[in-house]
Order: sequence, then structure tokens, then C-alpha cells
Amino acid sequence: MAALLEGCFNLDTDEVCEIKPEDVKQELIQKYPVKVARKRAKQIVINKVDECGQVPEIQSNVRTIPGIITQRGCTYAGCKGVVLGPTRDIVNLTHGPIGCGFYSWLTRRNQTRPNGPDDHNFMTYCFSTDMQDEEIIFGGEKKLRQAIQEAYDIFKPKAISIFSTCPVGLIGDDVHQVAREMKEKLGINVFAFSCEGYKGVSQSAGHHIANNGIFTHVVGLDDTVREGKFKLNLLGEYNIGGDAFEIERIFEECGITLVSTFSGNSTIDQFANSHTADLNLIMCHRSINYVAEMMETKFGIPWIKVNFIGAEATAKSLRKIARYFEDQELMDKVEAVIAREMPAVEKVREEVKARCQGKLAMLFVGGSRAHHYQELFAEIGMETISAGYEFAHRDDYEGRRVLPNIKVDADSRNIEELEVHPDPTRFRPRKPAGDLARLQEQGFRFKDYDGMMAEMGDGKLVIDDISQYETEKLIEIYKPAIFCAGIKEKYAVQKSGIPMKQLHSYDSGGPYAAFRGAVNFYREIDRMVNSKVWSYLKPPWEKNPELAAKYAWD
Amino acid sequence: MLLRHTPKEITERTALTVNPAKTCQPIGAMYAALGIHNCLPHSHGSQGCCAYHRSTLTRHYKEPVMAGTSSFTEGASVFGGQANLLQAIDNIFTIYEPDVIAVHTTCLSETIGDDIVQIAAKAKDDGKVPTGKYVIHANTPSYAGSHVTGFANMTKAMVDYFAQSTGRREDVVNIVPGYVEPCDMREIRRLANEMGVRTILFPDTSNVLNGPQTGRYQMFPNGGVTIEELIKTGDSRATIALGRLASGPAARALDGKCKVPCEILDLPIGLRQTDLFVDALRKIAGVNVPDSINIERGQLLDVMTDMHQYFYGKKVGLVGDPDQLIALTDFLVSIDMQPIHIVTGTPGKKFEQRIREITAAVPHAVNVRVGGDMLLFHQWVKNQPVDLLIGNTYLKYIARDEDIPLVRFGFPILDRVGHSYLPTVGYRGGLRLLEKILDALLDRMDRDAPEERFELVM
Repeated sequence: MAALLEGCFNLDTDEVCEIKPEDVKQELIQKYPVKVARKRAKQIVINKVDECGQVPEIQSNVRTIPGIITQRGCTYAGCKGVVLGPTRDIVNLTHGPIGCGFYSWLTRRNQTRPNGPDDHNFMTYCFSTDMQDEEIIFGGEKKLRQAIQEAYDIFKPKAISIFSTCPVGLIGDDVHQVAREMKEKLGINVFAFSCEGYKGVSQSAGHHIANNGIFTHVVGLDDTVREGKFKLNLLGEYNIGGDAFEIERIFEECGITLVSTFSGNSTIDQFANSHTADLNLIMCHRSINYVAEMMETKFGIPWIKVNFIGAEATAKSLRKIARYFEDQELMDKVEAVIAREMPAVEKVREEVKARCQGKLAMLFVGGSRAHHYQELFAEIGMETISAGYEFAHRDDYEGRRVLPNIKVDADSRNIEELEVHPDPTRFRPRKPAGDLARLQEQGFRFKDYDGMMAEMGDGKLVIDDISQYETEKLIEIYKPAIFCAGIKEKYAVQKSGIPMKQLHSYDSGGPYAAFRGAVNFYREIDRMVNSKVWSYLKPPWEKNPELAAKYAWD
Repeated sequence: MLLRHTPKEITERTALTVNPAKTCQPIGAMYAALGIHNCLPHSHGSQGCCAYHRSTLTRHYKEPVMAGTSSFTEGASVFGGQANLLQAIDNIFTIYEPDVIAVHTTCLSETIGDDIVQIAAKAKDDGKVPTGKYVIHANTPSYAGSHVTGFANMTKAMVDYFAQSTGRREDVVNIVPGYVEPCDMREIRRLANEMGVRTILFPDTSNVLNGPQTGRYQMFPNGGVTIEELIKTGDSRATIALGRLASGPAARALDGKCKVPCEILDLPIGLRQTDLFVDALRKIAGVNVPDSINIERGQLLDVMTDMHQYFYGKKVGLVGDPDQLIALTDFLVSIDMQPIHIVTGTPGKKFEQRIREITAAVPHAVNVRVGGDMLLFHQWVKNQPVDLLIGNTYLKYIARDEDIPLVRFGFPILDRVGHSYLPTVGYRGGLRLLEKILDALLDRMDRDAPEERFELVM
């Protein structure tokens, strides 16, 4: 470290000279045991984008190195916590000891707004079978069955879903059989997820398992075609801090009909009906691309990647939707909404930019936000010097063009790939093939995503599954103006004197999506990077010890 | 209504837990391990547990909480996690350089039956444990007991691994402070210091989980009981264990291993329980109680007598951990409040009997449930409303729905600060608790009073 700092830091003037990313990478891995260093070297990449948009290969979605202090969670968290958690009217029953249910109880800020006082909302509840040692020894199916019965008797939900935790797979409880039995007995939808925490290598496996389960057990159960024009689903938007509410507002003003959201502010009926939409929008590519792909194959719904983080990104996404529907009225409305919303955004952006220009940001967030939020930072003149995901796959980093080259390794091979075929009666191309081809010729891109790296500049450090050690080193070397990650990183970063913004929970703030969200975010970052509180780290007696001594002598 | 589906009518449940009043063992073990100086807790299981435990402790303390994990994959879950733990031990000592790795287990490694002692021995044989460094462990199966059990198990492991008797007794009293806040541990030590008693306190999370902002992050802060001190616990005159469930096993293990006699007391919450602690310490150490402590005691008693009219007869509902609830109930009863609904999620035989004894004179039926949950508690409150709720942050949903003032107390508190800095044990802690209770009750009186009865002076 010292050598690197001497090379790039003038200690007298505090001036930062050129920091070479190659040196930084070396610094990050040199303390590791040889095998660990070799593996981490493949997950730490110095970005370079060639003229065709090709980026270097990064290793990702591989097993976590034991003891390295990862920020990753598990499959259960990805399935129950992320994808199914935000749906308000399903009783989500955790089958396992108490911890998993307890820790995922109200800790993600998926807001929801029931339609009235009688509408179901179970999100404030934690349901668990609270397995005891006798269930570990003799099996937990009996208790699970009884728990479902009790949940039904007390809460009368439309649906109950069961989430398996680590020991469930080991002791061999057949949760799917129990679900079938109870579905038959109670006459409501009961379905189970084998999302044991040890499956896959991260939350990501849980997303996939959740996608499969929802697609198998819910999507397509209700063929009612709703009224309304421009029907679409918003996939991978979980309404943290009210993000989906803001997007819903914009859609409504544009005259767009939102059939379902997977799964912020959602209900099971919306999932059941989601196959009647004409377009799928993907926000979080990592967590929900499976459902989009399966809906396209089975029902003929095309999907496009959108981004509602950032005002410009929102405008671009709205125009993309309007272009897809090729409807002048929609195009006009979209333009009117953008024109109306932008001045307020631009005003704050300019004001904030004056104070934030040129400052450095780092983003290490789950599987999607580390990309999306770079645009917001760029809008106020801040540079993302390093970024990475906890659990994204290569396609999220390098773009979907690398999909054919991704090998599924031994740790993820047991995550089921559903075989999906066109529905014999309900498959319906949403646009004539000629129209789709014409759109594509005009540069419109379906089922595509360029990934994070294509939009990051050369020389930026892209780091997958960053460790605590690497986090500390990065901060020490670059001293960014702000570091974005999650609750586990927050206070270690702040103890180093660096403002830390949580981009999972938004630190209780938000919404940050779309136009009003951008304004909220600009103001929040301005507050953080220009706050007075960081100027008090050194007490006056450490800044000026001689003066105090002199005073004492007087 | 936030808990709109909670019915007033109570039905018997045998399998379904709704809104638990406990969580699982490993988080308690992680917390205890953070009370050892230069120690990195390590979770031997799949990594989700470790992420959840770190997150919950972080949200409670607003402080960094570091821990390693074995990051089980499906393969390890079938064939055993030995290779994962060996790698983890090597990586942790190489990269993070703690003096101790304190391993706890999860339902995963417990179900498959990994033998931590054997794996740690192999790590040592393989040269993965540097000289003078340690790997200790506690088995913490999540499907037994609760987070309190996990804390007790890891605290006991400190005795099992470190305590040694040289045969020479030192004039030192061991104190096992229980599953309390860092500031509570500090307060317990301060009382002992004030009395001139030399102590070894373990675990000790003060300055670890309520550390200062200095602009410099230290993975291992300047707090925690040292290994040297833990070794010496075997030579102390006696041990005082505070909280039977959290501290009892460690104190008894020390008695068994090094013949250090122990006295097991309730947590020193409130006047009476603090009296018992101070008196026990006085007798064991053969010291006088100094005036400074008498003044603190008198100040607490002063507020109890001055404000008695506001406490008298007020009905209270409590949710929490057994050691805390026993002492707190005793405190409330001692100022003539009426705890009438008491729920703990932590299983245990003696709890209900202790609460029944303490509340024997309460002129209302007292509902007590061991291994209960917040759904049942809420139903009790619906059937017989109370004037005050005391418990962790999750109670705020009941407090809002039923419009009852809430005092946050216990674990976890996710939406306020103060609990890690300002103690609730000892006489000063008692004073703080009374202040919080009065604030809640009097704010409510002010809010609800008709204008003609809105008072300036209370």
C-alpha cells in the first residue's frame, strides 16, 4: 500500500496523481493466499470498451471464497425475500427454523398500497413453521401441513406459498407434495419453492427458482382481458421506497395500462393475469429475465430492457415503449409528460451539479443497481470510478451477447431450467413478424441488454462479489466522495470518514425512480457529499496541539 | 391498519408461528464473539445466515459488524463442510489477522453433523492456525432455543476454551453480564469499579458495538475481553452471572472447570435487582458500598416516589427475552405498575413460574406465554387493552394499530438510537427507563387531554 500511495499521492500537497488501475488491482489481491488471489484476479477487471462495444471477460456467478467476508446472501433471500416478498396478498410461509423468516420480516422496503380496508395485506406478518429438533429428526411435513391449515383458518388468504430453508432439503421434506395436498384440501392456490439457502452460490439462484415457481403455479391462471390501451408488465421492479408508485404515476399520465408488476405493489391476481399484456419491460435484468423469456416463448409477449433510474433514462424508456406500440397518440402523450416533468428535474440537477461536479462515486450493489445508478451520478457530474455486483452473471456485466459462451458450473447446475413451449391455444404474436423485423431494422432492440461494463469508461475497476478487504483498500486508495452499497458495508465505510449511501434500502429515503425520484436522489447525494458533519472528524486539539499548550502556560 | 388480519378471537395454534418473539441461535453467538478483543466471528453454514445476522446486528447498533462465513454450496451440504472451514480459517488469518476465530454453526452444518473440533484440530495440524492464535467454537443449532441460547453457548465456549486455573486465587470477580447492550456492560463494570472491585467482564462489547467516529475504520476496535483475561477467569475468587439463561451456563462451566464458585442473579434492571447485584458484589469482594452509589440509588428511588402517581395501576404489555423480562417485570411491579401480558419466544421451563411469583400481587389476571409470538400477544392486547407496551421495534405495528404508547426495549431496536449508548441496567439505567416510561405516558396524556385539563406542570 505504502508504495502505491507514494507513487500517486503527494503527501505534502494532498494532490492525487495518476492512480493506475493495474496497480490498484495488484494492491487488492497481493495479500491473498495464492489460490485466492488467482481466483479474485478473474473477478476484478479493468474495463475497456472497444469500438464494437466488446468488453473484457469477467468471472462471476461462481462460488464465494470461504472466509473472505462477502456481502452475499442466499437462495432463500433471493426467492422469498426479493421476488415473492413484495406481493401483499400471498401468505409466505417459511418452512424452517425461526431465523430465516425473522430476518426477512419487513427488512426490505417493498412498499405496497392495498386498495381498501378489506384488501389483503400480509406483508407486515412473518409466518414460520419454527422447526424444532424433533422436526429435524422425524421430518417437518406434518408440522408444515398443520401450519398451512392454521394459516388458512385464521387468515383466509387466496394463496399460500412455502419457502424451504437449509435443513428442509437435507432431511428430505417433500414440500411440493404437501403443497399439492393442501391445495386440493383447501381449494386455494398452495405452491412451494425449493429455495434452500445452500443452492447455487448467491441470491441469484433464488431469483431463478422464484421465477420458475411463479411461472408454473400462477402466471396464466386468469385469461380475463382487461380494458385499456398499451398493456404491459413491469418486471423486476420491487417498489423500494415507492419507486414503483412513481413509475405507476408516469404510466397513468401517459395512458399506459400496467397489467402487473413483478413484484412491487403487486397482488397474485395480477401475476395470474400477466400473460394478457402486450409487452414486458425489464428493470432488474438479473432477477426476472427468466419470466420474461418464458412468457415470450409460451405466450408470445416480447420483452425490452428499460431503465427508470435517472430522468434521461426514464424519458428514453418511455419513448421506447411508445415506439414499440407505434401509436401517435401515445407518442404525443409521452412527449407531453416528459416536457412537463423535465424542467423541475433540470433545475435541481443544475443546482446540485455545481456542488458535485468531478467527485468520485463507487457502487457495489446486488445485481442491477450498480449499473442503473451510474447514470444518475453522471447527470450531476460525478464519476463512477469503480463498480460491481454481489451476484450478477456475466450477461449483466458484459451484455447478453455473451450468453452463448456462459458455462453453468457445478455449483449452479442443479438449478432447474424449465422447458417451456408455445401454449397451443394462448400463444399470440403481439405484432406481425414483419412489424417486428421493421422495428429491429430501425434499430429497435428486443430482448437485449448491453450490461454494465459497456457504459462504464475505460480504466474503471469492475469488481464482482467484492470482499470487505477489497472495499477497505479501494476506499483507502481512491478516497471517493461517496460509496454506495448495503447495510453491512455502511458503517465501516462511514467510520473511514466517507459518506455511504445505501442503494438497497435507500437509507429510508426514496423514491429514486423516474422524474421525482431523480430530484430526490440529486438532493440526497448533494446533502451527503457536501455535508458539514464530515469536517469534525479531528477534534481541534489534534489539529492544533501547540496552541493549547501555550494557553495552559499563560 | 397495519396488522389488519389479526383476529380478536384467539384460536389454538400448534404448528404456525406468526410474528416471532425470538430469532435464532447464531446471531446471539455472533454478538457474544464480538465481545472478545481481536476476534472475528465465523458462521459455519451457508452464507445467507451470516449476511442476515450481520445485517440485523448492524441495523440495531448502526455500527460495522464483521464476520466470516464458510459459504456452503450444495456439494458441501451433502459431503460436509470441512474443506470450506479449513479454507476459511486460512483465509481469515491471512487476510484479516484476528487473534481468535470464534466459529458458530447453523441449522445446515448441525443437520449434517460437521465436527468443528475435529476440523479445527486439522486446521492446526495443517499449519493454518498461526502460533498464539486460536479457533474456538460453539454449536448453535437454530432449531433449538433462540438467539439467547446462542449467546449463552458462545459465552460458555469462552470458558471451555480459555479459562485456566493456576491454583493461585486472585482478588478478582468474574462478571458475565448477560445478553445486554454494550453500554449496559460498561455500566456494570463502572459499578464494580466504583466499589473498588477488580473484575473480568466477559463477553464485553462496549467500545466494539458503540465505538466512536474517528475517521479511521478498525475492524477490531479497542474493546472486548482479552484472551489473557479469559485465561485468568479460572483464578478469580468468584463469578457473578447476570441473567440465568444467557450467563448461567458459562458461570456453571467455570465452576465445574476451575472451581470458581458462582452466584447467578437476575439482570440488574431496576432498584431491587440492582440492590441484589451490588449487595452480592459487596459480600463476595468484602468491600463497602461507597456514597457515590448510595446517591445514585437514592436518585432512582426519588423519581420512583416523586412520580408514583403516574405509574400506579398502569397496565403494561411486554414482549422480549426471558432474562430481561424477569427483571423488568420485577421493576414494573415494584412501582405498582401492572404487567398483564408477557410473551417471550424463547423456550424454557422456569420462566413462567418466575413471572407468576413476581406478579402474584397484580390485581388482574396475568397472561404469560413461553414460546409465544406477537400474534398471540396482539390478540391478548385486543381482548384486554393496556396503557403501555414495552418491547422491540416490531411492537410499533401493534402500538400504531391499537394506539398504545410504546417504549422500545430489548432486541432488536431498528428505528431509534440510544440503546447502545445509554444503559438501562443499574440505578442510572433504572432512571433512564423511568424517564422513557414517563415520557411515553405523559406525552400520551398531553396528546389526549381535553383543553381545560391540559396541564403545564406534572
